[in-house]
Amino acid sequence: MKRAGFTTTWLPILLLLPQLSIIAIFFYWPAAHALHSSFYLQDPFGFGSTFVGLDNYSDLLGNTEYRRIAWFTVIFTVLVTFLSLSLALLLAVKADKVIRGARSYRTLLMWVYAVAPPVAGFIGLIMFNQSWGPLTRLIESFGHEFLLGVNYNDTAFAMVLVSVWKQVPVNFIFFLSGLQSIPKSVREAALIDNPSASGRFWDVIFPLLAPTGFFLLIINITYALFDTFGVVDTLVKGEPGNNPMTLVYKVYVDGFRGNDLGGSSAQSVVLMVLVLALTVFQFRLVERRIHYT
Amino acid sequence: MSDTTPAALAPAATAGTRKRRRIRASDIFDHAVLIAGSALMLIPLLMVFQMATVPDVEVIKTGPTFTIGDQLDDNFNKAMFQASGFSGENTGSRMLLNSFILGIGFAVGKIVIGMMAAYAIVYFRLRFATLAFWVIFTTLLLPLEVRILPSYEVVQKLGMLNTYQGLIIPLIASATATFFFRQYFRSIPEELVEAARIDGAGPVKFFIDILVPLSRTMIAAMFIIMFVYGWNQYLWPTMITTEEDMFTLVRGIKQITQVMEGNRIPEYGRANLLAIIAIIPPVFVVIFFQSWFVKGLMESDK
Repeated sequence: MKRAGFTTTWLPILLLLPQLSIIAIFFYWPAAHALHSSFYLQDPFGFGSTFVGLDNYSDLLGNTEYRRIAWFTVIFTVLVTFLSLSLALLLAVKADKVIRGARSYRTLLMWVYAVAPPVAGFIGLIMFNQSWGPLTRLIESFGHEFLLGVNYNDTAFAMVLVSVWKQVPVNFIFFLSGLQSIPKSVREAALIDNPSASGRFWDVIFPLLAPTGFFLLIINITYALFDTFGVVDTLVKGEPGNNPMTLVYKVYVDGFRGNDLGGSSAQSVVLMVLVLALTVFQFRLVERRIHYT
Repeated sequence: MSDTTPAALAPAATAGTRKRRRIRASDIFDHAVLIAGSALMLIPLLMVFQMATVPDVEVIKTGPTFTIGDQLDDNFNKAMFQASGFSGENTGSRMLLNSFILGIGFAVGKIVIGMMAAYAIVYFRLRFATLAFWVIFTTLLLPLEVRILPSYEVVQKLGMLNTYQGLIIPLIASATATFFFRQYFRSIPEELVEAARIDGAGPVKFFIDILVPLSRTMIAAMFIIMFVYGWNQYLWPTMITTEEDMFTLVRGIKQITQVMEGNRIPEYGRANLLAIIAIIPPVFVVIFFQSWFVKGLMESDK
């Protein structure tokens, strides 16, 4: 708050009212509801529900399918995060270096940001089309018959690839702006001390990018957990079957299609806890943010 | 790194080689990486576009090729004006309209509500300001995806399924814009409020005549980010809109896929063109307002 603020009381309340009421109705109410119904077992015919305590949670942890999906989500998240961060870093370092065409490269490398995840998934479907998909053919030339939506690993591969393709631009933009904010004097000093370009990168530039990197780590984990829903849904064509899926997709499948409201709510709560943990971790990182400049 | 850097990446970088030659080798490598990256981004889209210009029969036989056909008009008409669903209402033009309503409605709603709340928090002496701050900013912690089912139930109870309100308002229930404007308002020098007050401007006048014009760039940056975000929503529209005349392009992508996998000749041309139409507006916005977009992205993500 500014010291020289206005003292009217009715106006700020009026100004806050729309935001607060939307939040109350569409945030706190649903969140509380999820927490509440995670302790209940919904009658399948809609005749009320019974309190079952932590049963929904213990069912979840004992469920091998859920554990398998959780594992897939972890591996998927690690792969997407690592691959999109490292590719973006490579491209950003190069884009920062070149003089000619820098603007065009920037545009060409960032437009995919605006492509919606399910549309990216659609493009993936085209690329991996069974009979003529260019990537199917490419993989075939290495002697593997690629079966999207049939072979578990193939589908997982396609999901990772499409998700990385979609995520590289965001990371690229952040890394590039991180690189451009490194003072010229630092680079010149490094140039005098260290003749090797790769040595300079790892000893000077990379540590300076660390804050951006940590921040992007969280962004990418959140992306892989939640925003890839559209990619997963289009690539499995809405038919989960035996295909790999992420935890968020499972919440949707169980709650919306399977009508297992209690179980789905328990899953939502597990995800909420996960996100909260991530956020706390992020805040602590920001607090201790390493500053070299 | 400056371009006069002696390149360690060039394999021939021994003491004997001339400096100019080494620079060139590393430059070529840099450009090669960037061109490869750009190509990987662009080629899938070009293939999808190519397939939208040739007859479907040709696509089924060969997939993407290098020839640009003459079917673009035809496919465009099919994509925009011919419906694929049961009700005959989810034509491309209808979905395009809905996408714009969602994108613009979401962006405007979020900015207006966010600015109002941020103004109240930053510029007024309120006893419950801290409380309001925390109540609002807790929403940053939980994305819509984790509370998707209960949110659906709330919207259902309020009878807002298949309405634009039901589509847009719950998406606004997160404080990203409020947070963004709060940060920005706090960076505005305090003397401005004092000067305005001395000149006799009330809180409403100060907001409309001084603060809003001052925030123009910020509003533009925020609008671009939010428009793209709203346009690209998928999970929420999938749940809330079940009537085909309410589908957005991104929501309709599953139907587009089914058109492609249809029982007779899969309509690749139309499906691909619809995907391209779904891509063009947000990409256009991002490319043409690049500097605002980058600014918005940098500052909205905390």
